[in-house]
Amino acid sequence: MLTLMAAPVSDLSAAMVTTPIPPIHWLAILPVVLCISLGALLLMLRSFPRLQAGIAIAGLVVLLLLDAALLRQVVQHGPLTMVMGRWLPPFGIAFTVDVFGALMALAAAVAALAAGIYALSDTTESGRRYGFFPLLMLLISGVTGAFLTGDIFNLYVWFEVLLISSFGLLILGSERAQIDGALKYAVLNLIATTLFLIAVGILYASFGTLNMADIAERAAGLSGTAPLTTLACLFLLAFAMKAAAFPVNFWLPASYHTPRIAVSALFAGLLTKVGVYALLRVLVMLLPTERDELSLLIAIIGALTILVGALGALAETDLRRLLGYVVISGIGNMLVGAALGTADGLGGAVFYALHSVVLMTALYLLAGEAGRRGGSFSIAALGGLYRQSGWFAAISLMLFVAACGLPPFSGFWPKVLLVKASLDLGAWWLAGAILLGGFLLTIAFGRLFLFAYWRPSPLPLPPVRTGWTAGLPLAALTILVIGFGILSEQLLQLARSAADGLADPSAYIFSVFPEGAMR
Amino acid sequence: MEALFAILVGLFFSAAVYLMLSRFSIRIMLGIAILGNAVNLLIFTAGRLTREVPPIIPAGVDMLPSGAANPLPQALILTAIVISFSFLAFLLVLTYRAYQELGTDDTTRMHDAEPEDRPLPPLGY
Repeated sequence: MLTLMAAPVSDLSAAMVTTPIPPIHWLAILPVVLCISLGALLLMLRSFPRLQAGIAIAGLVVLLLLDAALLRQVVQHGPLTMVMGRWLPPFGIAFTVDVFGALMALAAAVAALAAGIYALSDTTESGRRYGFFPLLMLLISGVTGAFLTGDIFNLYVWFEVLLISSFGLLILGSERAQIDGALKYAVLNLIATTLFLIAVGILYASFGTLNMADIAERAAGLSGTAPLTTLACLFLLAFAMKAAAFPVNFWLPASYHTPRIAVSALFAGLLTKVGVYALLRVLVMLLPTERDELSLLIAIIGALTILVGALGALAETDLRRLLGYVVISGIGNMLVGAALGTADGLGGAVFYALHSVVLMTALYLLAGEAGRRGGSFSIAALGGLYRQSGWFAAISLMLFVAACGLPPFSGFWPKVLLVKASLDLGAWWLAGAILLGGFLLTIAFGRLFLFAYWRPSPLPLPPVRTGWTAGLPLAALTILVIGFGILSEQLLQLARSAADGLADPSAYIFSVFPEGAMR
Repeated sequence: MEALFAILVGLFFSAAVYLMLSRFSIRIMLGIAILGNAVNLLIFTAGRLTREVPPIIPAGVDMLPSGAANPLPQALILTAIVISFSFLAFLLVLTYRAYQELGTDDTTRMHDAEPEDRPLPPLGY
């Protein structure tokens, strides 16, 4: 006992960060800290709905600035790592931000701010009292945490955070359709995250570490001995379910049209993209050999998802359900990029993900406005929107064209990259699926515009003013969609550097384990 | 010991999948409850089951003695248990509410979000 007590205090520098942490590193964790603390604060302010809304919007603006600063830092100085409680990785949980994560976090903040502003007029008083804004902040903290974390079990925890907040948002209002949709959404998404947890458990059993940089480094050595292909299949199924890829996509059109429009917009912009992000992060960065083996399977799933989404959009009468299928079709495009795995393919997938976050949020907000103006969400009942307001019709047309993937808007460039990457690999059928999907979507949106906008209204529509809470986010997102299309070069470079970071994670690993750190 | 637990985990998984294939929402919930526990047991077993060697790193060494159970998976499932418990609580309330509102626990008869007689889009005007 005495000898034990007399033993010299072991040198903690082997296990802990002993040098002061540079202030800039706090950027990696601040977005999540901000969202969680605001979520808690707003929960306490639940009897002050007006104050709640103001704080939430201000918080989302700050979040946007933080994410922008984070992206700037990461682009200029490479990946950024911050460890929790000063414990060195792989012992401590690390937040590691690379260009991909920072880009997605920034896009998420844009979508969240737009949906938050729209919600100012879209949520009811009782919706706010039941916690719309606290749930919104917690959802964003889950999404942002998933994008920024460098630890795979931590990724699972963020998935659960965003999932439980999304349940709350989905049933806000408690209408019959909402409860029906939420039941299907909740069960299938919970099964998907459970599959993810199984995969994480087996991954820990094979690797003995949960730190992504550590896993990325060891994966090559373990390929022959551990059941990594099984693991990759489990991850693929779990993330495909989250992303609503083809055989497991049915929860999305069953639920996304039921909640308030602001909630639908947020879900369509963010949630499926978190699944795609995790798929790219795990399969491309952590298990590249296994991704190669599964690439044909992923490509077939991607192509079928594109076509099923486009055909579903063609067969839907309800505007919001139609958009649900457009989300699915977009997921297919990103999966094709993941299947190709080349620099162009991955760059295209990243670009498409960014485009999809902004565009799908904008389209749902647009649908909300169209429904408010025309008095219905059904294509059969809508009409005369063009005569009612030329501006609104112009914005709609631009967003529709962007969703079809036609130039000069944001949807065009990622599809160009993906088609080029497919043809480079000789996968003409993949290129064909992407183009056919775009063609079918063009028909679906063309018909929508024809009926809802050009067709004379059966009843004379009263002039409806769009307030700033709907007009501002719509206009801002439309400007982004146009900007993505015209200033595509800069964004393309960012997407490519994000894809390079995934394909060659050496900078990511170096950021977690600088030379000389204990391994 | 591990082999026994592995078989138990397999039984849990098959029971969970069987229950989740049912069309009645309450059986699906039971399946989900068992599924969560199956996963927890799986991770627990993967971290080695032994009581003989305490997971304490002796002085002067920086590794656990070989044969000790790995404490990290146990910490992981503590997190997972809490999460799956809260989810199950939410889902049970949701199921009950769905039964109250929709008047059925048969998922094939829940058509409020997706009505069966949805019209096809108009062909012309």
